[in-house]
Amino acid sequence: MTPPDSGQPLLSLSKVNKSFGAVHVLRNVDLEVRLGRVTAMVGDNGAGKSTLIKAIAGIHAFDSGTYLYEGESVNVTDPKQANALGIEVVYQDLALCDNLDVVHNMFLGRELKKGVVLDEAEMEQRAVTTLAGLSVRTLKSVRQNVASLSGGQRQTVAIARAVLWNSKLVILDEPTAALGVAQTEQVLKLVRRLADNGLAVILISHNMNDVFEVADDIACLYLGQMAAQVHRSDVTHGQVVELITAGRSGDLGLPREPSTAGAVA
Amino acid sequence: MSATTSAPESVHVDEVDGSLSAGFRDYTARVRGGELGALPAVLALLTLVLIFTVLKGSVFFTTFNFANLITQSATIIVISMGLVFVLLLGEIDLSAGYAAGTAGAVLAVSLTLHGWPVWASLLACIVTGVFIGVFIGVIVARLGIPSFVVTLAMFLGLQGLMLLIIGDGGTIGVADPFILSIMNGNMSPVAGWILCLIVVLSYIGSTYFALMRRKRAGLITQSISVWAVKGIALAVLLGGATFLLNQERSRNPELTSIKGIPYVVIVILVLLVGLTFLLQRTAFGRHVYAVGGNAEAARRAGISVANIRIACFIFCSTLAAVAGILFASKDNSISPSTGGSTTLLYAVGAAVIGGTSLFGGRGKIRDAILGGLVVAVIQNGLPLITDKSGIQFVVTGIVLLVAASVDALSRKRAQSSGRA
Repeated sequence: MTPPDSGQPLLSLSKVNKSFGAVHVLRNVDLEVRLGRVTAMVGDNGAGKSTLIKAIAGIHAFDSGTYLYEGESVNVTDPKQANALGIEVVYQDLALCDNLDVVHNMFLGRELKKGVVLDEAEMEQRAVTTLAGLSVRTLKSVRQNVASLSGGQRQTVAIARAVLWNSKLVILDEPTAALGVAQTEQVLKLVRRLADNGLAVILISHNMNDVFEVADDIACLYLGQMAAQVHRSDVTHGQVVELITAGRSGDLGLPREPSTAGAVA
Repeated sequence: MSATTSAPESVHVDEVDGSLSAGFRDYTARVRGGELGALPAVLALLTLVLIFTVLKGSVFFTTFNFANLITQSATIIVISMGLVFVLLLGEIDLSAGYAAGTAGAVLAVSLTLHGWPVWASLLACIVTGVFIGVFIGVIVARLGIPSFVVTLAMFLGLQGLMLLIIGDGGTIGVADPFILSIMNGNMSPVAGWILCLIVVLSYIGSTYFALMRRKRAGLITQSISVWAVKGIALAVLLGGATFLLNQERSRNPELTSIKGIPYVVIVILVLLVGLTFLLQRTAFGRHVYAVGGNAEAARRAGISVANIRIACFIFCSTLAAVAGILFASKDNSISPSTGGSTTLLYAVGAAVIGGTSLFGGRGKIRDAILGGLVVAVIQNGLPLITDKSGIQFVVTGIVLLVAASVDALSRKRAQSSGRA
């Protein structure tokens, strides 16, 4: 079901760096993301996950390093550029406008127009089609304000907005963090469906159960460095936890510090 | 009794969607959920009119006074329309009153003292408004200084600038017949009926075509009967107003005849339709609501929040400049007090009374008209009952406080019922 990881990756970062003032947040990070696969990005608080996705999405630019997309070097410095490449981010706080309805939120910033007039009918139809394509049946009406939706429904709207644009890479920032058991299950199914539909998905999560349920690859950040990017089938639950907390697990992960390495040798 | 009260759930299961009663139920559900819309303002307007008619009907409810109300409220309405833009963002513009005064001063000085042609003076007036808006908008949006402080400084600064423009003379008269006719002239009764017909027909036509488009697209639509009721209500309301305004209202008809719709109504109608179209039907308008609802979400959606902010301040000051023209027309002159004292506060009050939220994200252009009429009715009706001007301020203050409470309470209600 999941395509092999050979061939050209959709997104390939190598040796990217990002600093905020004196704080060196990302240090020589490598990452590969492929179509049809869910890449889980794990790491402790402050490991640099959010900074990494924000830089991929063009909210901050990388200071240095190469950013290859579909094999081509790109310079993404603006969210619109990322959108044009087919990269969509669903943020943890969802970034929905409570005072607008579902359709308006899904098309926010990229409204369909007839001349200068908004094409409400076309937008509503496409929103309904997209939601149906994701087998979403929990919304009463696409014309209700987002404020009236439950957490799971809001997450669904945010994800539907991300796939509305023939996107190739969808980045989800802790989509299940605030959800109950049943809603978490629904959202994870939705995440799997995205990858099965041929999209590349980056899933940021703190929840190992979620990661092992839907991910194909696991990328583990540790204090701003990429500790390891591995196949889910190659690692155990415990190894991933060790990678998150210590940056290495046996042969996996970051090399030992020279001093400790010497002591062990 | 208890059996019947527990029954409705099962009774209403297969209600016919799209019927008039369904439309009404839908509306009451929305009102209960905190989506009050124009309801409080309309109720306030009706209550006030009723009170004044009962207490002093012979003077208050005359055709002369009805026309008077329109010209009294026009300046507040136009400034208030501009304020709706900045209030939608959750910002405020305290300088809009003096922006009107300053733009009016530019108009009067260039026209009367420098003898510019009317079109050039009007243009200079509008450009002054645009420039003030750009200045405020850039400082607020780019430097990130709270609009309250920036516009408070502008409130003082523009007051001074206006004095400098007017000079030592004090008051500058405006004698141009075109400008004077805006607030003082009336359309002929026939032209008034034609205008009324055009407005009603275009409302009915445009809403019908919108309805049909949605139907063709296979989307859920408002029922035809609800559409018809709205159309008929508008026709009756506007027809009645046109009829009243077309009556002779001169105290001495043999000497001068005064009848017809004041020209300023056209100005307000054009602004209402144009700006409502801009806010409700274009991407720009959608972005204004988005920035007011959640600026961070708007930014991430690729909307230039700073540009939207600047544009809204430009709209506010430019509309204030339009109000400056109306001031010049109404008073036949511009004086250092034009646009001062309570002008701005009444305009903000009008927007809030009309239903625009001070918290941003909620409000419509029509709120300015409804609220402006409420303010004008108080200003107009109270002096007929009492000659103590203090009472007028107290009553206006109470109405504003009630309106703000309605806003806050409906927000709470909307949050708890999830309709915010």
